[in-house]
Amino acid sequence: MSTILETRGLTHIYGAGTPFERKALDSVDLRIEKGEILGVIGHTGSGKSTLIQHFNGLLKPDAGEVLLDGRSIWNEKGKCARETRFRVGLVFQYPEYQLFEETIAKDIAYGPANMKLPQDEIDERVRDSMRAVGLDESLAGQSPFALSGGQKRRVAIAGVIAMRPDVLVLDEPTAGLDPAGRDEILELVKRYHDESGATVLIVSHSMEDIAKLADRLLVMNQAKILFCDTPREVFSHAEEIIAAGLDIPMITKVMLELKNRGFAVDASAFTVEQAMQAIRACKTKGGGR
Amino acid sequence: MLKDITIGQFFPGNSAVHRLDPRVKIVLTVAFIITLFLAAGPVSYALIIAFLAVIIGISRISPKMVVRGLKPILFIVIFTAVLNLFYTPGDYIWQWGFLHISKEGIKVAFFMVLRLMLLIIATSMLTYTTSPIQLTDGLERLLAPLKRLHAPVHELSMMMSIALRFIPTLIEETEKIISAQKARGADFDSGNILQRAKAMIPILVPLFISAFRRADELATAMECRLYRGDVGRTRMKQLKIERVDVCALIISALVIGAVVVLRRYGL
Repeated sequence: MSTILETRGLTHIYGAGTPFERKALDSVDLRIEKGEILGVIGHTGSGKSTLIQHFNGLLKPDAGEVLLDGRSIWNEKGKCARETRFRVGLVFQYPEYQLFEETIAKDIAYGPANMKLPQDEIDERVRDSMRAVGLDESLAGQSPFALSGGQKRRVAIAGVIAMRPDVLVLDEPTAGLDPAGRDEILELVKRYHDESGATVLIVSHSMEDIAKLADRLLVMNQAKILFCDTPREVFSHAEEIIAAGLDIPMITKVMLELKNRGFAVDASAFTVEQAMQAIRACKTKGGGR
Repeated sequence: MLKDITIGQFFPGNSAVHRLDPRVKIVLTVAFIITLFLAAGPVSYALIIAFLAVIIGISRISPKMVVRGLKPILFIVIFTAVLNLFYTPGDYIWQWGFLHISKEGIKVAFFMVLRLMLLIIATSMLTYTTSPIQLTDGLERLLAPLKRLHAPVHELSMMMSIALRFIPTLIEETEKIISAQKARGADFDSGNILQRAKAMIPILVPLFISAFRRADELATAMECRLYRGDVGRTRMKQLKIERVDVCALIISALVIGAVVVLRRYGL
């Protein structure tokens, strides 16, 4: 695997020089591999939203750099190439509030049109991305404002997917949705990742959702990286995660409790299957109390 | 960028200026503006500036913030200065084509600029030290007599407090939408005027929609708490004139009186 996005000593300070000065990112070093799904988890105010807005150059680092394919996204003149925005697609939190066009198709076409693509290419991308988010083609001519909340969100996600970004970043894509809607969105993200081979970053504060989906987890705490590793490795540090004010998956909690009561189980399991295996392994070893 | 707007901002505090009754503050601000236009000479201005400086001192608002409040009107100040400088007839000391500067022009321009700046500083001191709720409450009470003429005083003041309350929210919202559209490659900085105006649509439409949605939600929330306008409405914080208010009124009356007297002597 090769690295697609990298940060070196990335630091961002809000309100520099005022009494409200606050460090949102403190020299963050991070490498994101091509084609992986990276889950970004952190408490409110841990710097995760600030971090992702650096990836496409919406925010400018106060120190350090952001490298896309090994090249800094900021040139010597202190400008960020607009192309970066198309290569790193960012879906904001509650993206349905940015819809503005008369029809769904036109709204999705906004990004590709900004890329100055030919009309037939735009049409094709609109169709493709509507399919990718599971919107029926018959909806194309309808007003996005007539849709339900969950469907509006799909339109908004389609609007970013239509730019065919190499890296798709989603900020809390499941916020405010019911469990069914949440599963559908996560399913859609997973399918998009598998079909397109794009790198995907999902920000969330729900461990449960993200642990199953992500190849690696990035845990942010107080403007710094706490952990960045596979979910199992991360959950083996359950106590530290809890100390950072974050939750761990229900299954991991159960396993941790078993371990605390003297069973020699591997407490990093976070799915039912993994838990089953861990308990079996413990039994065959005869490692009871 | 949008966050730099300080006009209408409120800085919480517990100074004597903060504690003044909002009605007194509003009346005194209006009186101050009238006094400004009664001032006839340097002595009067010196008195007014000293008075304002004392108020700023008591309020503990940093002078830096006060000066920053002047930024938005910089253009108007310069415009006024230039206009008065070049178009006041009198004893010309410099002439070029139709442009001329007279001694009187310099004097008029200087005092006009001073007047404008003092006016803005005084009014921003009112908003800096008075919370929007107090401000509208005071205004409503002051305008209460107009209710007899069926003027919708309560409704107007309620509208005003809602508007003030939502300015920061809408600014935040606008910034979010701008970021979101930029992430989709929106370009606000290039092209001719028409293209730039068109580039605003993706910001304005979501902003309007969200403003309407907020209005709707707020209306529902208010009705749920049985809001039905002015009828039978009581207040948690009753406005009362206290000693500090009386002191402020007396001191201000003395300053105004002094300016009026000085005017007779042209000072």
